[in-house]
Amino acid sequence: MELQTLTYIVVGLTFALYIGIAVWARASTTGEFYAAGRGVHPVANGMATAADWMSAASFISMAGIIAFQGYDASLFLMGWTGGYVLLAMLLAPYLRKFGKFTVPEFIGDRFYSKTARIVAVICLIVASLTYVIGQMKGIGVAFGRFLEVDYDTGLYTGMAIVFFYAVLGGMKGITYTQIAQYCVLIMAYTIPAIFISLQLTGNPIPQLGLFSNTVADGTPLLAKLDQTIVDLGFAQYTAQKTNTLNLVLYTFSLMIGTAGLPHVIIRFFTVPKVKDARSSAGWALVFISILYTTAPAVGAMAMLNLANTVQPGPVAAADGALEYEARPQWFKNWETTGLLTFEDKNGNGRVEYRKGDSNELKVDRDIMVLANPEIAK
Amino acid sequence: MSTQNTSGMAYWKANVRLITISLVIWAVCSYGFGIILRPLLAGIKIGGTDLGFWFAQQGSMIVFLVLIFFYAYKMNQLDRQFDVHED
Repeated sequence: MELQTLTYIVVGLTFALYIGIAVWARASTTGEFYAAGRGVHPVANGMATAADWMSAASFISMAGIIAFQGYDASLFLMGWTGGYVLLAMLLAPYLRKFGKFTVPEFIGDRFYSKTARIVAVICLIVASLTYVIGQMKGIGVAFGRFLEVDYDTGLYTGMAIVFFYAVLGGMKGITYTQIAQYCVLIMAYTIPAIFISLQLTGNPIPQLGLFSNTVADGTPLLAKLDQTIVDLGFAQYTAQKTNTLNLVLYTFSLMIGTAGLPHVIIRFFTVPKVKDARSSAGWALVFISILYTTAPAVGAMAMLNLANTVQPGPVAAADGALEYEARPQWFKNWETTGLLTFEDKNGNGRVEYRKGDSNELKVDRDIMVLANPEIAK
Repeated sequence: MSTQNTSGMAYWKANVRLITISLVIWAVCSYGFGIILRPLLAGIKIGGTDLGFWFAQQGSMIVFLVLIFFYAYKMNQLDRQFDVHED
């Protein structure tokens, strides 16, 4: 079977599943449409929140940023998860207790003001639109790639499908499609990580593998990574490179931002009781943490594998770097996308990955997660 | 002041106290151990690096998780104690 036919079948089945869920869970009352009839179990709600909230930034970009920035990228890990503590303690239970469907309704009633409510609606629309623009770009790129049509057609197709199941199924339909999404997403992320961790450290749990010794020579993985990239001229992976105030403020802003996301807050309206709103935030963080604690392992291991692939021998030796003619297949594949480029500055036909002007290899951070399994081979 | 009000205030006070304790732990483990106090923890080694790195990339998230469930558990207890629970 051709790859294209296979893609159509897989994508078609996914759509059929989503639309099937929408029809099965179709909403008939306002309560069902906005809050899934307030009947979603807190664990299910947590899983749906996790899938809803983790987008391409978490799934594709984050581990890549960690790979290239090391310790400094911890601000994304702490910032994006720490907001859930604020959400669970300061927002979710109170909004759920109030018993309305939207945040503007809460603000309007709490401050006895229609103006306050209108201001809240405007803020919500601005925040949501900004967010949706990014997601729609993703839909256009993904659908365009899968269906092999141009970006605009991909975008409209995707939008039509999302519109159809959201309008028909309301919050209940969205909740169940998101649970299905989470399962697919987390498997696609963790399975390669497990095998790479096993290969490098002998430990099948990436979270433990990150702090284990390597199979190759028994030195700790992070110590080996520090040494490897210091040899190439970069700063230590585990060292702090930006100033402390920056790290603190950046982390803080991400935490506040996470706690205020409208599409996350509304999820806490769907559970039966205030009690469930509290534990639901915890379950959301459980499902998010499965990915978020795997990401630093993916980042570190991808970096170590990349460095070892392009620099198999000692840095000082003339034949230490990878010969361009002998480059692996994944290298060629990513070159065609333009996201990985090689420029032979000193004309010796070898890929010299270094810090500074003599560097000959440019790697887009966003390809690290996708290329990781191939690099590890 | 009616009993209803006194009980309500005591409930709110206990609630705020619980949130304060939780958020102090939240801040100390992330901003503290993960960033600001990291140099102080540099002597404690863990898997090829220092404890601060572990907190920044793994430990803080585990602490967040424990905190939310601890808070939910304690709040449910408070709800019962002050008879404002829903079931």
